[in-house]
Amino acid sequence: MSNLSAQLGLGQFVVTAEVAPPKGINTAVALAAARAFSNVTAVNVTDNQGANMRLSSLALAAQLQQTGTETVLQLTCRDRNRMALQSDLLGAASFGIENLLLLSGDHNRFGDHPDARPVFDLDSVQLLDMTAGLMSGVDMVGKALDGTPHFFPGAAVNPTAEPFELMFQKVVKKVESGARFFQSQAVFDRSVLERFMVAMASYQVPVLAGVLLLRSANMARFLNANIPGVTVPQVLIDRLERATDPLAEGVLIARETVGWARELCQGVHLMTLGREEYIPEILAEG
Amino acid sequence: MIISQLKPFAELQTALADFDRLFLVGCAACATACKSGGEEEIFKLQEWLNGQGKEVTGSVVIDEACHIMRSARDLRQHRAMVQDADALMVLACGSGVQSISSNVDKCVVGGLNSMFLGNVRRFGQYEEMCSLCGECILNETAGICPVTTCAKGLLNGPCGGMEDGHCEIDGEIECAWLLIYERLQRQQRPGVFARRVPPKNWSRRCKPGRHRLQDGKD
Repeated sequence: MSNLSAQLGLGQFVVTAEVAPPKGINTAVALAAARAFSNVTAVNVTDNQGANMRLSSLALAAQLQQTGTETVLQLTCRDRNRMALQSDLLGAASFGIENLLLLSGDHNRFGDHPDARPVFDLDSVQLLDMTAGLMSGVDMVGKALDGTPHFFPGAAVNPTAEPFELMFQKVVKKVESGARFFQSQAVFDRSVLERFMVAMASYQVPVLAGVLLLRSANMARFLNANIPGVTVPQVLIDRLERATDPLAEGVLIARETVGWARELCQGVHLMTLGREEYIPEILAEG
Repeated sequence: MIISQLKPFAELQTALADFDRLFLVGCAACATACKSGGEEEIFKLQEWLNGQGKEVTGSVVIDEACHIMRSARDLRQHRAMVQDADALMVLACGSGVQSISSNVDKCVVGGLNSMFLGNVRRFGQYEEMCSLCGECILNETAGICPVTTCAKGLLNGPCGGMEDGHCEIDGEIECAWLLIYERLQRQQRPGVFARRVPPKNWSRRCKPGRHRLQDGKD
């Protein structure tokens, strides 16, 4: 059983972080960054994040997993059909990877390969269903597997999405399809997470709230304009604008977010984007 | 109808480099309706070709260029002009181009790019609503196709990129799943939201597509 699964099962407040594979084969920096995370239960390894082509998430996650760093393998439907997805999942299991974050994936229109043919043979709900099938020993066409993988499948959610009911019906489908935990898109508004957790109350599936370290007001504006599903409230942009040290203010905002996440949900997923050294400060209590 | 668009002139110049004498073929169906391959466009093309120093031996606008036998018949009726040409230039969709190329041994130069099966909003404004996937889900989705109008073709609801009800790839476009959700609500039925939709059967979209009516009916 993965530590992530065990700690969530025990009701501990869990922290995950993330690392992006390099564009190229020099994995040293990404491996060192992933291993240097402190107070983190598992490290998400992103899959061609933002639809920018990089070294495969499976390759980096396998190296980390085999050298003692627990990972959450991110896998998107954008770049693989159902055969490739099943192959990669079996491959992941063969490397001891258990934790998964199963995603539809950002459209490649805005990535660095806009001319690529997007796949989306499955959606995230169907990918979760397929994973549950593999865990029961059969592939998507019902053929028996020689060796059954064990996974701890997770899914993504954007609690800020409107209309809420439309977003939430998909959350329910993901739960029904075997999502054992959720990692959320970055949240910046306590009431948004509160509303989501009220709706989640009857489902008993732990939620790790996404906490993104804002470095400046400009970065916040960039996120609002360019990153699908991320909305930084104006009040936080104003705080960053007024601050003499915007990065310190961003760390404080992240720390406040972790503070209310501790009251509302089961953990946080930290997106520090290269400023991993601030994680202890962000997680500091009181 | 099939929406098509004239290729860039530079690309046409390259494709026509080896040919001096051309027979022109248009299509009276879709390519006429979307003003890419009707009488008017054939006339303009002829003027452009003359300006390029090419000679046009003749032209025909076929009723439906996608009709293989009808195309053959129309080409036969213009046999002398066709034979007099180095190549045929076709302003029709890719289907029409291939009706022509399957009927002649001469080189066939397609002048259009075929884009999609389009609905007409008003003249000059076309929207793709159906992608001919072979397994229609419209009866459950309030008559709005997510396979086509969701940028990712998702079948179980919107992705995390929906923002203020709009699509992550184009803020001008409303999220297909929001439209489906709202119309189903107005119809007071759960529709597709009542179930987890399984993976799509893409074997229905097996290429190349063939279909033959049984005993003339199906």
